[in-house]
Amino acid sequence: MAVNLDMSQFHEIFFEESREGLEAMESGLLNLNVGVPDPEVVNIVFRAAHSIKGAAGTFGFTNISRFTHVLESILDEVRSRKRGVTQELVDVLLQSVDGLRYMLDCAKAGAQVDENRIAAIQESLENLPVEQQPKPAGWQIHFIPRPHLLQTGNDPYRLFRELKALGNLFITPDFSRLPGIDKKEFDPENCYLGWDLLLQSDAGIEQIREIFAWVEGDCDLDINLSGERRQLVERRRRRDDESADALLESGRGQEQASIRVNIDKIDTLINLMGELVISQSILNHAVTDHDHDHDQTGRLKEIVELLEKNTWELQEQAMRIRMQSIDFTFQRLPRLVRDLCRSLGKQADLEISGGTTEVDKTVLEKINDPLVHLIRNAVDHGIETPGERKAGGKAESGLVEISAAQEGGNIIIKIKDDGAGLDTGKILAKAREKGLITGAEELSMSQIHNLIFLPGFSTVSKVSDVSGRGVGMDVVKRNINDLGGSIELVSEQGKGSAFTIKLPLTLAIMDGQLIRVGKEILIVPVLAIVESTQVKKQLLSAVAGKTEVYRFRDEYIPLMRLDNVYGLSSDLKDITDGLLIIVETGQQRMGLLADEILSQQQVVIKSLEANFQQVSGLAGATVLGDGTVAMIIDVPGLIRHCKGITAAHTAGNTALLPGIHT
Amino acid sequence: MSDKKIKMLLVDDSASMREMVSFTLNGAGYEVFKATDGVEALDFARANDVDLVITDINMPNMDGFTLIKELRKLPSYKFTPILTLTTEDSSEKKNMGKVAGATGWIVKPFDPDSLLQTVRRVL
Repeated sequence: MAVNLDMSQFHEIFFEESREGLEAMESGLLNLNVGVPDPEVVNIVFRAAHSIKGAAGTFGFTNISRFTHVLESILDEVRSRKRGVTQELVDVLLQSVDGLRYMLDCAKAGAQVDENRIAAIQESLENLPVEQQPKPAGWQIHFIPRPHLLQTGNDPYRLFRELKALGNLFITPDFSRLPGIDKKEFDPENCYLGWDLLLQSDAGIEQIREIFAWVEGDCDLDINLSGERRQLVERRRRRDDESADALLESGRGQEQASIRVNIDKIDTLINLMGELVISQSILNHAVTDHDHDHDQTGRLKEIVELLEKNTWELQEQAMRIRMQSIDFTFQRLPRLVRDLCRSLGKQADLEISGGTTEVDKTVLEKINDPLVHLIRNAVDHGIETPGERKAGGKAESGLVEISAAQEGGNIIIKIKDDGAGLDTGKILAKAREKGLITGAEELSMSQIHNLIFLPGFSTVSKVSDVSGRGVGMDVVKRNINDLGGSIELVSEQGKGSAFTIKLPLTLAIMDGQLIRVGKEILIVPVLAIVESTQVKKQLLSAVAGKTEVYRFRDEYIPLMRLDNVYGLSSDLKDITDGLLIIVETGQQRMGLLADEILSQQQVVIKSLEANFQQVSGLAGATVLGDGTVAMIIDVPGLIRHCKGITAAHTAGNTALLPGIHT
Repeated sequence: MSDKKIKMLLVDDSASMREMVSFTLNGAGYEVFKATDGVEALDFARANDVDLVITDINMPNMDGFTLIKELRKLPSYKFTPILTLTTEDSSEKKNMGKVAGATGWIVKPFDPDSLLQTVRRVL
């Protein structure tokens, strides 16, 4: 009897798996050394293509399967060393990965594939000239110093320096003899490392022996033609068999330890967790209100406290399910930098660190575009051409660094380049030309740099096809502000620029400052608050009739009466009875006038959009311990709106935000 | 390192060799301290640090091997490169130097170029 199986139920898994396969292929291809490919890397790329081909055929995506077959055959030739690795080959293979990704996207969306595009890539694949694996143009050197080597005054680094003078040197350290750092036998004056060196050079064996002459007897030394690399790797593997087995074991363990779960299920879980936390605080509230003297109540309180602790832990763990390592975003960047460098005729290395830092999936998705933009800018505007760099006394190849780290409830992402830095003169000229500044202001260095975040600013007069296509730094900044984050910039002309982005790890909970306006409780995100201050009348003044401004430190900031903004009625008889909460997004500040400042607490953000509709000026709502609903103020939105009001006032329009009624 | 001059200690009982070697090294921008035997060199080394020691083997009072052994006992000379000047390309002499703790050797006779080349290998 034929089994009637609906294949479409596996499609989602297939797409996800193929996406991962493509990423593995891409990063493998980027790591492939032209001329001397690492067989392990070639294998990874081959296996990924092979899996996609098989699965695509099984699930009825014949076009994907057919295309991957061509790709796989070429990779097989590389694997079996019938075909050498050339730059052209790597380029076409990367194009093929793009092509496959495109076909998968089409299949996922049920869209029609542009066959011409695929046919073009397939043609360049099929027309790739077969370059023979180059003759072993080099030496494989296996070098294990005896522990006492350093005490003879010799230093492996200096030997490598000598070797490097003979050609290209690839260095792979071997840590297998390293004793644990806590062990007694670890002597910091000993050398425990070994190295596998690949030297691409025409040099004869005598020249290499000469370099190692002084350490002969102080090390194990094996010098072979590099064609024998595979054997060497295998010999090394045999030696490391035990640890390799252990590694494989743990790898298999990991594979079993993860399952794919539909994101809706997780969101439902997190949502319910939010409800539970709210119920928990209502319970807390109820117990606290109880008579203190009662023995029973004391016991009940203990139980509630325990329950509260467990609830918060449970919520934290539930949140972690949605967290993914930022590598998902970072791993696409090396390709970006490589492609940019090729099209711009520049040289730059990308150094990534902290890729394992975890952040909420939604934050991760939204941060991708800003990061790509910043990296593009770094390579396009920051890094100079090799000629300019050389003339400026720098290495011809530039360096772009991106790093991530967790700091409390935030993730800090830094993007740094060693390029030209911002040209303050150009920025000022441009800002004047665009009417962003009058030219009379005295601006500090940092204020000048921050002009690039203003809407309508772009210093590049010639629009390249890389960056500067309408999407400016203002959009980057707005995207980050909208996530409740901030971006800062430090730049030094001639030395380079560094951007620091601070983002909340999750959008589902936040630290909130509770404030009161009349009978209503509102919540201000703690991250946005600069400070709170008593209102002093002499610092208050009105501009253009209605807009009030407040002198805070050395600047005038707009003052927002929250009762007016949200259509509430304030208890304040006099403005000086109220409190001013100074908030900030990026460089813009604003004062919010409240009747009273209450406690700070972690609040679970409930989307208004999902439960009601989007309301401008509000980021969401939450349920407080006593069961009342409190609105969360959208600070970036309010600052944007505030500017709108100022503009509207000038036009004689006094429309404010629609009132809220709860 | 870039601003500071690289310092070397040269030990040889032959005045002409000392002058030739130090002239060459001075010309390349290195600062050279000279000693005529192991005892003098060791006295200097107890009070001063250098980046490289170049020593002859056969010397009165204290020979090169003993000097190297003594130098390696000083904490600040534990990892300092020490090159020996050997008259002939004899592997026995080279080995003795190595056993004593030398880093490498310079074979006599040598021209200024090969001397500088060899010295640069350990800087």
